[in-house]
Amino acid sequence: MADTLLTVTDLEIKAGDTTIVDRVSFELERGRVLGLIGESGAGKSTIGLAALGYSRDGLRLTGGRVTLNGRDILNLSANAIRDVRAATITYVAQSAAAAFNPAHRLMDQVIEATLWHKLMGRRAAIARAKELFALLGLPDPERFGERYPHQVSGGQLQRAMTAMALCSHPDLIVFDEPTTALDVTTQIEVLAAIKQAIASTGTAALYISHDLAVVSQIADEIVVLRHGRMVERGTVDQIFHAPRESYTRDLVSIRQHEKPEQVNAAPPLLAIDGIKAGYSKGVPVLHGINLVLGAGQTLAVVGESGSGKSTLARVVTGLLPASNGSLIFDGQTLQPDFADRTSATLRDIQIINQIPDLALNPRQTIAAILGRPLTHYFGLRGAALKRRVTELLDQIELPHTLLHRYPAELSGGQKQRICIARALAAQPKLIICDEPTSALDPLVAEGILDLLMRLQKEFGTSYLFITHDLAIVRNIADTVAVMLEGRVVRHGPKAQVLYPPFDPYTEKLIASVPQMRPNWLDDAIAERDALRGKTVKQGQTP
Amino acid sequence: MNRLPRMTPLAALGLGGLAVFLIVALFAPWLAPHPVSAVVGGVWEPPSATALLGTDNIGRDLFSRLVWGARVTFIIAALATLLAFLIGVTLGFYAAFRQGWVDQVLSRLNDLMMAIPTLIFALVVLAVLPKTMVVLILVMAVLEATRVFRIARALAADIVVLDYVEVARLRGEGWRWVVFREILPNALSPLLAELGLRFAFAILFLSTLSFLGLGVQPPIADWGSLVKDNKDGLVFGVFAALIPGAAIAILVVSVNLVVDWMLHKTSSLKGAHRNG
Amino acid sequence: MAEGFDTQSGALTPLPPRVGKGRTVLSLLFKRLFAGLLLLWAVSVLIFAGTQILPGDVATAMLGQQATPQAVAKIRADLGLEKPAPVRYAQWLGNAVQGDFGRSYSNRQDIAKSIAPRLKNTLFLAAMAAVIAVPLALGLGILSVLYAGTWVDRTVGLVTLSAISLPEFFAGYLLIAYFSISHFWLPSSATVSDSMPLAQRLIVMALPCMTLVLAVVGHMMRMTRAALLNVMASPYIETAILKGLPARRVVWKHALPNALSPIISVVSLNLAYLIVGVVVVEVIFVYPGMGQYLVDHVSKRDVPVVQAAGLIFAAVYIGLNIVADLLAILANPRLRHPR
Repeated sequence: MADTLLTVTDLEIKAGDTTIVDRVSFELERGRVLGLIGESGAGKSTIGLAALGYSRDGLRLTGGRVTLNGRDILNLSANAIRDVRAATITYVAQSAAAAFNPAHRLMDQVIEATLWHKLMGRRAAIARAKELFALLGLPDPERFGERYPHQVSGGQLQRAMTAMALCSHPDLIVFDEPTTALDVTTQIEVLAAIKQAIASTGTAALYISHDLAVVSQIADEIVVLRHGRMVERGTVDQIFHAPRESYTRDLVSIRQHEKPEQVNAAPPLLAIDGIKAGYSKGVPVLHGINLVLGAGQTLAVVGESGSGKSTLARVVTGLLPASNGSLIFDGQTLQPDFADRTSATLRDIQIINQIPDLALNPRQTIAAILGRPLTHYFGLRGAALKRRVTELLDQIELPHTLLHRYPAELSGGQKQRICIARALAAQPKLIICDEPTSALDPLVAEGILDLLMRLQKEFGTSYLFITHDLAIVRNIADTVAVMLEGRVVRHGPKAQVLYPPFDPYTEKLIASVPQMRPNWLDDAIAERDALRGKTVKQGQTP
Repeated sequence: MNRLPRMTPLAALGLGGLAVFLIVALFAPWLAPHPVSAVVGGVWEPPSATALLGTDNIGRDLFSRLVWGARVTFIIAALATLLAFLIGVTLGFYAAFRQGWVDQVLSRLNDLMMAIPTLIFALVVLAVLPKTMVVLILVMAVLEATRVFRIARALAADIVVLDYVEVARLRGEGWRWVVFREILPNALSPLLAELGLRFAFAILFLSTLSFLGLGVQPPIADWGSLVKDNKDGLVFGVFAALIPGAAIAILVVSVNLVVDWMLHKTSSLKGAHRNG
Repeated sequence: MAEGFDTQSGALTPLPPRVGKGRTVLSLLFKRLFAGLLLLWAVSVLIFAGTQILPGDVATAMLGQQATPQAVAKIRADLGLEKPAPVRYAQWLGNAVQGDFGRSYSNRQDIAKSIAPRLKNTLFLAAMAAVIAVPLALGLGILSVLYAGTWVDRTVGLVTLSAISLPEFFAGYLLIAYFSISHFWLPSSATVSDSMPLAQRLIVMALPCMTLVLAVVGHMMRMTRAALLNVMASPYIETAILKGLPARRVVWKHALPNALSPIISVVSLNLAYLIVGVVVVEVIFVYPGMGQYLVDHVSKRDVPVVQAAGLIFAAVYIGLNIVADLLAILANPRLRHPR
């Protein structure tokens, strides 16, 4: 029974002269879930919003049709499109924390459109909302709606937004990266809730994400987008087991390799000993951290937001002097404040930041950015400087033509490579990598990780690698530390940390990492329920 | 990296007005038909060949006085603005760079200065200070500097926490490199717009003080003084006071048009409050 | 935390009781109030220092450089200048808080008595201008946001740009030239007295009030527009649009409640223009208020009067700012409903 709900035909959207969406066509049947997947800039959000007859400022619809239930969405009157948005197609945004109005109670916002368009009476709408709160696993569904958005957590807001989208019994919901801003352990809860809600209400969904592993848990079919064009379309099984295009194949096979762990005990380069630190007096963020990093090895520090892993990086750099404890680097005690460290020590410890856009001065050329550390540390000038800068570009596999460009003219991956080259220019013993790939698209991130591994082999540099992503850890780490609320809960060689027997937190963390197989979410939920049964039997855990 | 927005008719108008003012101020000795204080006719005579815009309250050529006044207005307003930027940007950047108690002390002192409306503050100190041009420029500069400080500090505080500044500091760069190579180039365009705003405000402020008789003292006269000299003619139907007043208005409109045009690209500038 | 998965993860803290809610806002309010009083005290120090400790001697400044040593000595004795500055400050402030500002040096009159009726006149004029200017500015601001980018927006923008560029005295004389001299509609000087009936008083004050409104409304409208546009760029506005709500409901129900707090800040920021404007306007229209009184005595270098008037102006300005701050706290939904 092919009951088509949404048809997108040759959709074309431009921003100025740039084509954002390039003749994309697909259709979606009633009650089915279609996943839209692609990198940033692939045009997936723009397509999702076009289904609601909406485009953001600066975007122009230049061709194609969108039909929903046989109605031409793009040519409706202002009144008609408002009715459609309230009753037929609704939207769940990426950041619910920003998408809810801070001035109104959640309940009022959840039922607002339904009431405004007179789709239900007030009493019925409230009952419906409470029912949805319960369905989505929100705590205290009777009273949840009395709260204001800033009074509940991010994961709960995301579920509340799903309830808002479901309230009017729509035919179709557009989910725009609904779990991207969440920690993995929260993400799996929200994913499970959304999946269950879709299944039990029978609504159709357009699920937009950059993460193939996530999309495949929810979608029946997947459309792969790249640079505004459709690369491939198929069922989840077909995409996983018989991808037709090489781009899809790359996406599926991402992060399949693993760094062979260095077994021989390397002499310690950095010893972190009893470090306590915090941003304001009396509010400690780190409660006594002990870690060791061997020369030429990679220590991955894993944790969710708020675990203190980035704070640890700042303590090692000296930007945030520790209040207690000591750092031993290369056999000598490190001064807590970077301002007290010698030039040689500063040179030995370099950093690569999370967001390359913020790490490169927009008013300096690439040549200036890479040249400065060489002049500063080694006094290089003139021809020698130029030679060394081009050498660095070769090492990070970028063309020399970039030398006189500004950072804004480079892609995200290129910018991160420049940051790597800048760190490399100092010829450091230790590079602190603070989530260097989390702002990048998966394939680009893979390239950066490969580069880092190659450079480590070549120069023997040690990495202190801060990440929230356990999947990366397998790729790059020799030793691993798992952090939770300012403490290290697990530390040791990769083979020990990532394999059972687990402590409860690490087990939860590992189980939450999306895996590239269609049934991962179902398995994880089943495991969770089994686990919960176990803990209930054991009674309260300490 | 020159990224000025596209020229609009209004912006062209503003630039034109500003250019005329600068030329008049610069070439006053060649443009003015009469010396500043020369009496060329009777009191408040209508326009004639000798006095293009008529004469003033003691029979001096209004046009010549307007031309010379442009020069006085420009010199005082420009010097006060530049000095205000020197003080405000230096202290503002210093506060943002040092952070901690230095920032706290400077910012709280600045808040204190800003807690008194500028004109009131100026009146209070001008009541005891000698009425010289140097004092006038200094008072204006210090009061304007409080507004510049606030913006410069906010801009620098936003930039100083960015990763590229931290990377430079971790490299062991001194404050000179950090301020002049990392912070200043990225704060330049909003600061330039602010410079325009402060200049417009300085012109208004100077004119107001002179109008109240507390700014430029005779025999020197700026545009505000000309309004004050001729305001009594108004009741006799002599509109001589309106001419310098209009000149001030046109000049300030021009500067504001140029600033609006510049701000169009640097619209990310938040907190650019113009506070009197 | 060691309990595996949990759909109730990050379980809710119970709703805070209503008493606690009130208390947090209340303590914030008291904090602001205290900070304001502290600021007022610091300002009194600044004003005192500005008139008494700056280079140059008050006595010499008052009499000019040619003063005989005897005359200077007499003034010094009159003003008690031989006592150390902190002692003089303590006396001055102690008297000032009791409403005693001493005597004017130029005419020997009790300053407090001269100020009282003038302060009333000034506040009346300023309040009248504010009552017109604030709604006008907010209305224009909202209008130009509703019609952002259209000719309405551009016209309002151009008019307000001109308004902020006009010096108050030019605007004032323009109005006089048109309304009083060309047409004899309204009086050009605003001499009011207590015996004047209200209707006549309002007519006399029409021109000064218009001038003052013109001086304030441009700045206020531009900042209102900026504050509103800032709110309109928030993701929750997009949510409201995508929920199928019409533009007027989006603006009234979703933008305005969040713009209230910044708009109150805008209004309070612009009170400075009102204070500055009122001084100039009083001089233009010979209105018997504080501003004219202050300017007069600055020319005469009558230090006690200048100190008193300066302190009162600053106190009024700071007081209004404190009120605005308190209102802004009350208008902020996040502060009204703490976690």
